Amino acid sequence: MKQLVILSGKGGTGKTSIAGALSHLANENGGSKSIVIADADVDAANLELILSPRYTQREDFWSGKIAAIDQELCEACGECMQVCRFDAINEASDGYSVDPFACEGCAACFYACPSEAVTMKDQLAGAWFRSDSRYGVLYHAALRPAQENSGKLVTLLKQRAKQRALDKKCDLLIVDGPPGIGCPVISALSGADVALIVAEPSKAGVHDMRRIVDTADHFDLPCVLCVNKTDLSTEGSREIEGYCRDKGLKQVGAIPFDIDVPCAMAQGQTVVAYRPDGPASLAIREMWRRIEAVLWGPE
Amino acid sequence: MILTVASGKGGTGKTTIAASLAVAIADEFPLYLDCDVEAPNAHIFLSPEFTQTQRVNQLVPSIDETRCDGCGRCAEVCQYHAIVVLGDKVLVFPELCHGCGSCTLQCPQRAIEEVPNVLGLLEAGTAREGIRFARGVLEIGQPMAVPIIRALKRWGPFGDIDTVIRDAPPGVSCPVVETMSGADFVLLVTEPTPFGLHDLHLAVQLAGELGLPVGVVVNREGIGDGRVDEYCRSVNIPVLLRIPFSERIGRALARGENLVEVLPEYLPLFRGLYVDIRSRLIEREGMR
Repeated sequence: MKQLVILSGKGGTGKTSIAGALSHLANENGGSKSIVIADADVDAANLELILSPRYTQREDFWSGKIAAIDQELCEACGECMQVCRFDAINEASDGYSVDPFACEGCAACFYACPSEAVTMKDQLAGAWFRSDSRYGVLYHAALRPAQENSGKLVTLLKQRAKQRALDKKCDLLIVDGPPGIGCPVISALSGADVALIVAEPSKAGVHDMRRIVDTADHFDLPCVLCVNKTDLSTEGSREIEGYCRDKGLKQVGAIPFDIDVPCAMAQGQTVVAYRPDGPASLAIREMWRRIEAVLWGPE
Repeated sequence: MILTVASGKGGTGKTTIAASLAVAIADEFPLYLDCDVEAPNAHIFLSPEFTQTQRVNQLVPSIDETRCDGCGRCAEVCQYHAIVVLGDKVLVFPELCHGCGSCTLQCPQRAIEEVPNVLGLLEAGTAREGIRFARGVLEIGQPMAVPIIRALKRWGPFGDIDTVIRDAPPGVSCPVVETMSGADFVLLVTEPTPFGLHDLHLAVQLAGELGLPVGVVVNREGIGDGRVDEYCRSVNIPVLLRIPFSERIGRALARGENLVEVLPEYLPLFRGLYVDIRSRLIEREGMR
C-alpha cells in the first residue's frame, strides 16, 4: 500500500480538486486501483463536497483541556495568573477567571493553585467520520471553529484511514493535505511515500511552493510537483520548471486554468467526471499516469 | 481600529484585499501585519524594505543531569508529552513543547533550566506609500505558528498605531483565532463556490464565538453560483465589496501587482470599504 499526500503551502492552488480527480481516475477501468481517501484539511474540509459521501460512522474527537476556576474554592491569591504564560487568566473584582480562547491547556495553574480551585476540563474539539464515497472509503473530519489540536485530529484520521487501507489490502491512500507548513501539515505528511506539490505559477504560489518543498525535504519526504493554472503566468510556470530542474524534482503535470473546475465543484463532482475531455481533465489524466509510474514503477 | 482579513478557505484573496485596502488608506498610516506566518505573501504586493528583525524564541526545558533524580514529575505535569523519563534518562522533544514552564516550576530538584528554541523571525520595515509593514516567518520544520503570531501582535517596532490590518492565515483553528482575537472587525474574503461558501460559514461561526462583527468581500464574482449571497442574506451579514472574476486581474496578481494598481477605479471602493467599516463600528459602539 502506497501513501500519496497532496500539499501546496499556499491555499487555494487546487489540492482538493486534484485529490478528487485522482480518486476518480484511480477507479477507472473497473477500479484498477483500490483506494482509501483521507481529507487532512480538518479546518476546512472540502473533499466531501465533490465525493458525495454517505456517512457510515461518526465519532466525537475529544482533545486538549482547558482550565476552569471554581469561584467557591478560589482564595484570590493570584498564583495562577503569575504562572500563566499565555495571558489566559483574567483578574476581576470577584476573583480570577480563564479566557478559554487564550488557554493552551498547559495546566501550570492547576499545579500551582494552593487551594485546588483549578480543574482541567476536556474539550470536545470536533468529530471525525468514515463514509462510503463513489471512489472508495473517505475519512474526513470537522474541527470545531476555534479549536486547537488540528495536528492531533489529522494524525488520528490518518491512522484510521491507513488501517482500513491495510485491512482491505488497498493499493493507495490519498491524503488531501491542509495549506501551510506547520503542525497539521507535518502530521499530514508523516508516513507518506510521496508528496504531490500543487504549485500555482503566481509569485505568491512560487514563494510558498519553495517553503513546502523545503518542509518536505526537512522530513526526508520525496516530492513530485505539478503546476496548476499554468496560463496564469508563463513566466511563473517557467520559473517552476527551472526550480524543478535545479532541485532534481520530477514535474508530473501542467494543468491549464479551466472554468470547468469551479463548474464541476458547483455540481458536486470532480472535474474529470464532469467534463472528461476538457483541458484540465486531459492534463490531470496524463499526470495520473506519471504518478502511477512514480508510485508503482513503469508498466 | 484593528481589522483582521480572514477567509476559512485558502486562496480566496485575503492578501489581495488586505494589501489593496492598505494602499487605499495609506494616508491613515496603517500598520500591515502579515500573520500568515506559514506562507507569508503580502511582501510581494507591498514591497517593504525590512530594517528591523527579531527572533521568536520559545523557552524549552533543558535538564541538569547532575541535579535530576529521575522522579518523573516533569513528564507527569507536561500536558503535551514533550518530556519522557526512561529510568534516569530524561528526553525532551522541543517541537512538542508549548513553553508553558510548568515542568520548571514543578521540578522538586530545581534541575530544569529553560533555553531558547528558535521558532521563527519577525521582520519590519516601511512599504510602498509609507505603509508600515511587519510580518512573522515560521522556521521550516517547526510546527507551531501561534507563538509567532502572538509575538508579532505584541511587537511594537512602530510604537502605537491607530489603524492595523492583520492578514490572517487560512483555516479556522488556533492560528486564525490568534489573528482574530483582539480585533475590532473581521473582514471575510470568499469566492462564490461551494468550497468558498462552506469555509465562509465556518469562519463566520468562529468570529461569532469570539464576539466579533463581520463583513464579507466576494472575490471572483461570476465563477460559481449565488449561494454565498443567499447565505449572507439569510444570516444578515453585509457584503461590503465585490470583485469580478477576470483573467486580467488574475494575471496581474500572479505577477505580484496590487489590485488597485491594475484597476485604479477600485481605489475609491476600497477607501469606501474602510469608511463603511469605521461607521459600522461607531454605530455598534453607540448601541452599547
